[in-house]
Amino acid sequence: MIAILDYGSGNLRSAQRAFALTGHDVLLTSKRSEFLKADAFVVPGVGAYGACMKQLEEIDGRGAVSDAVNSGKPIFGICVGMQILFTSGSEKGKHLGLGYFPGDVSLINAPVLPHIGWNDVNATSPIFHGVESEKFYFVHSYAAKNDVESAQVSWTTYGERFVAAISKENIFATQFHPEKSGDAGAKLIENWAKLI
Amino acid sequence: MTLAKRIIPCLDVDNGRVVKGVNFTNLVDAGDPVELAKRYGEEGADELTFLDISASVDGRATTLDIVSRTAEQVFIPLTVGGGIRTVEDVNQLLRAGADKVSINTAAIKRPDLINEIADRFGNQVLVLSVDARRAQTKSGFEVTTHGGRESTRLDALEWMQDAVTRGVGEILLNSMDADGTKSGYDIQMIKATRALLSVPIIASGGAGKVSDFADALEAGADALLAASVFHFGTFKISEVKSYLSRAGYSVRD
Repeated sequence: MIAILDYGSGNLRSAQRAFALTGHDVLLTSKRSEFLKADAFVVPGVGAYGACMKQLEEIDGRGAVSDAVNSGKPIFGICVGMQILFTSGSEKGKHLGLGYFPGDVSLINAPVLPHIGWNDVNATSPIFHGVESEKFYFVHSYAAKNDVESAQVSWTTYGERFVAAISKENIFATQFHPEKSGDAGAKLIENWAKLI
Repeated sequence: MTLAKRIIPCLDVDNGRVVKGVNFTNLVDAGDPVELAKRYGEEGADELTFLDISASVDGRATTLDIVSRTAEQVFIPLTVGGGIRTVEDVNQLLRAGADKVSINTAAIKRPDLINEIADRFGNQVLVLSVDARRAQTKSGFEVTTHGGRESTRLDALEWMQDAVTRGVGEILLNSMDADGTKSGYDIQMIKATRALLSVPIIASGGAGKVSDFADALEAGADALLAASVFHFGTFKISEVKSYLSRAGYSVRD
């Protein structure tokens, strides 16, 4: 069973259905104890960094993510769900993240923002197998931009280079939305689910 | 590595049915928005837009059901507009499976609605739909309501700039002068908007032939919305994309 952490607002239905295509049961939950029972975990996130962190703290999501990381089972962070794995975010003030990866999530330097639409990813992780040259759907204005030596980083460029996906041990996370990335996204999720 | 220009079919939905007619073969039910959304998804649409024109409360409830059925089957972004007046309306649509909402008249009546939605859900969920036409205002373009029948006296460019400052993440720019003419997007209006704003612009109104799409991109649009040319099969999304690709624009295959 795959558990999706429900800690705020936004479209979780697409994620629920996209992960269900793997054949696994999918549970939406905001309870830390329920979340931990799963075989794999999804940490979504939309909206502003600070607002997301606040909503996450309100349901003890920090503890839930920590449990998931320590369990060694696969974790998939999506969009702001990836961003909060970094040290901090500079959207509408400075906010501390969960700190699994070093770096600050800051405003992209590009003439037109948000970065909305389908873009290429310089894929490095084997989870991209078969979709290395596909485009994925992004919607964000902030991004992590630094190298993370201890992790495998895939980059995208829009105005400047930023982290499109990052993986380390049992954590895999993407700035783009695989659940909105059509067949390419479905294939990526399928590849990830093979780790379960 | 380039961000693709987006092609977005728009479906007008009234009480759960697609209106304005759709001419497709091999569709069990061409009036079902979910069927059409799937079809467009398969044909390479980069996003989808539903415009809910239902006047009744029942009609709106039906729309929520359609949004959720679509989100369960079509894994590309879905924007829903029409009749959104409150933050709770937005919450319901997002919970049902919409990724973005577009607002129009309600924001003109009460601009604070923009701040409220953006503060709660982020700028990226909010598209400002602007029905603009030529008029004697500062920029030469004014905002209209009721599909261009009523003037608001608001200057279109001032309104869009105010809305961006308040927190909209994208502009859906509908030219009331070009709408329905099939003589091309409103290049002048797109250029004027691009010169002023740094959020993505979705151009709408006037598409009649594939080269029109390239002209709108050249003028500064980031995405292109069209309805009738796709519904009536004038050409396919893939034909637009191959034309744009040959013209040097990045598109998603």
